[in-house]
Amino acid sequence: MRNLSKYFVCLLGAFVLLLTSPVAFGDTLKVCASCPYTSVKQAVSLAKAGDVVLVDGGVYQEAGIEITQPIRLIGQNNPVIDGNNSGQIITVSSDNVTVQGFTLQNVATSYTRDDAAIRVRQQNNIRILSNTILKTYYGIYLQYSEGIVIKDNVVKGENVGKTESSLGNAIHIYKTDDVQIIGNEVQGHRDGIYLETVKNSTVERNVSHQNSRYGLHFMFSDGNAYTHNTFRRNGAGVAVMYTTNVRMEHNTFEDNWGAASYGLLLKEINNSVIYNNVFRRNTTGIHMESSSRLDFRHNDFERNGWAIKLMTTCIDDTFRLNNFTGNSFDISTNGNAQHNYFEHNYWDKYTGYDLDKDGIGDVPYRPVSLYAMLVERVPPSVMLMRSFMVDLLDNMERVLPSIIPQNLMDERPLMKKIDHDNNREFVQNLRQTASAPWRER
Amino acid sequence: MNKLIKYVLYDIVRNKIIVAYTLFLLLLSIGLFQLGGSADKGLLSLLNLVLLTVPLISIVFATTHFYNSYEFMELLVSQPIRRSRIFMSEYLGVALSLSAAFLVGVGAPVLFFAPSTTGLFLVVTGVLITFVFVALAFLASVITRDKAKGIGIALLLWFYFALIYDGLVLLILYAFSDYPLEQTTLALTALNPVDLGRVMVLLHLDVSAMMGYTGALYKSIFGSLWGIGIALAVMLLWVIVPLLSSKRIFQKRDL
Repeated sequence: MRNLSKYFVCLLGAFVLLLTSPVAFGDTLKVCASCPYTSVKQAVSLAKAGDVVLVDGGVYQEAGIEITQPIRLIGQNNPVIDGNNSGQIITVSSDNVTVQGFTLQNVATSYTRDDAAIRVRQQNNIRILSNTILKTYYGIYLQYSEGIVIKDNVVKGENVGKTESSLGNAIHIYKTDDVQIIGNEVQGHRDGIYLETVKNSTVERNVSHQNSRYGLHFMFSDGNAYTHNTFRRNGAGVAVMYTTNVRMEHNTFEDNWGAASYGLLLKEINNSVIYNNVFRRNTTGIHMESSSRLDFRHNDFERNGWAIKLMTTCIDDTFRLNNFTGNSFDISTNGNAQHNYFEHNYWDKYTGYDLDKDGIGDVPYRPVSLYAMLVERVPPSVMLMRSFMVDLLDNMERVLPSIIPQNLMDERPLMKKIDHDNNREFVQNLRQTASAPWRER
Repeated sequence: MNKLIKYVLYDIVRNKIIVAYTLFLLLLSIGLFQLGGSADKGLLSLLNLVLLTVPLISIVFATTHFYNSYEFMELLVSQPIRRSRIFMSEYLGVALSLSAAFLVGVGAPVLFFAPSTTGLFLVVTGVLITFVFVALAFLASVITRDKAKGIGIALLLWFYFALIYDGLVLLILYAFSDYPLEQTTLALTALNPVDLGRVMVLLHLDVSAMMGYTGALYKSIFGSLWGIGIALAVMLLWVIVPLLSSKRIFQKRDL
């Protein structure tokens, strides 16, 4: 009996120890000008597993800091680590590492090594939080890792006057699963967020702007969710390729201007949903190629040059309950075959009527105009936009379509613009009554 | 000359047509802004109005006015006044009164509902187009003494610039679509004052579409201050060339 109670006390002791372990387990190594450690590198190399390296404010001229133990490297009062263009600043070579609260700056372009401010290679459970990364080649570079959190960082490069090839990506992730990229602001790099073969990840509330190439660029990255991000004024907008099962919701794509600039370029994206996004003032809102079984709902297309360029290689895509307002061209396409489905969208160019007052236009709307087809074939004719002659031809073609694709039409266009938040009831009614036949097709 | 312009203006205002024109424009622009919802949509509809109605009314009104004041001009010619003066006074009188009507009828609503660069360009374009088409009307009127013929020529000119020309350009672009046509299109645009005005407004209105493909080229040309200057200069040429040639004819002709 006594033996048993001793055993119980032992167990309790172990349990208490376990509870208080974050405090009891590991030391805190302080780094500042007057501390025992004056260099981050020194402190990190001496830290043991579970230690916290606490760096106080100040400028540290260091590079090549390698973290080989599961520690937490934490900056207090915004310490600056200046790499002085002499290579990578922080390399993580251990699992369970946190890097938080630093300003990392000055990493030179290095074509052979791809230097980054923070690089993680083949490690799990890494957290990179609230850092500011300035003037680097790559910002945060991860490869062959798992369980990553990249949150609230600012990555800011200088891309003015630099070629695309001499720039790195702000957040570059390769062959890594389960990544959470949340609340970062990236700008001035080649690609804002670059994902290649990244699965089951979340990209949320990021702002990616003024990058030389793409705001977001991913390929072979199935099963990821992109929500509440803003992609603005990137050289070529956002381009995503060769991926299935993507969820894109509540993102904003705006001000991507240029002949080869797209709000969103979809190339071979399948079985994905694109809901509640806003495409505003882009030369091309969405450009779609070889993308099938996509579902577009509740998106707003405002004042784009071309709201959607739908190539004939796309099939079985559904566009429902979207608003098209103030676009120069609503839809343009490159051929006659059309196997996509439009229903219950609002088009501000729709001129039909609604006699039974159910909010749905009684005559179908053809979003592709003859002139849009013509501009696709002869680009200089864009100069005749808004000419009376062109309007006349367009209207004649709408009455008797011969050149524009016959099947590309919205048979039930809405009369009023959809207010995505307030019109839930109306939208639910529409879904119940009208979407049923489509499901059976 | 001032006195002459005053007489011409007085004559036009007494005519009441100009008042009706002002009211028509005013009603239409206010209506379009109210119905269109957004300011941009209103401007878009107004653009069509400016490019179709304003040239038509300017050219028809100016031609009929010219023929109607033939007797007055004959009277003036018998006085010691130079013919060029008489002609210029007639021109300025008509052009200024039509422009004033346009400024009140379209300029004021634009200023009120959509005060933007696009709006400003629309108004400037409208005024310039008025001047261009009054000049063209005078050219049509001095070519022939026959009023019906003169109005016929004027209407044909309007028909050509407002409608046929764009069709021809479209045809040319389509037929030669295998060739690089950017510069050609630019030149073709300059050959029609209506197109020129349209493009100037368009580059501000459909800015997103204009950033794609060839549009970017035009944007870089017309978008700069230098380009706007050139476009305005070409527009002024469109006023000066028909005006001076019709003045020459008027000076030499037996009235």
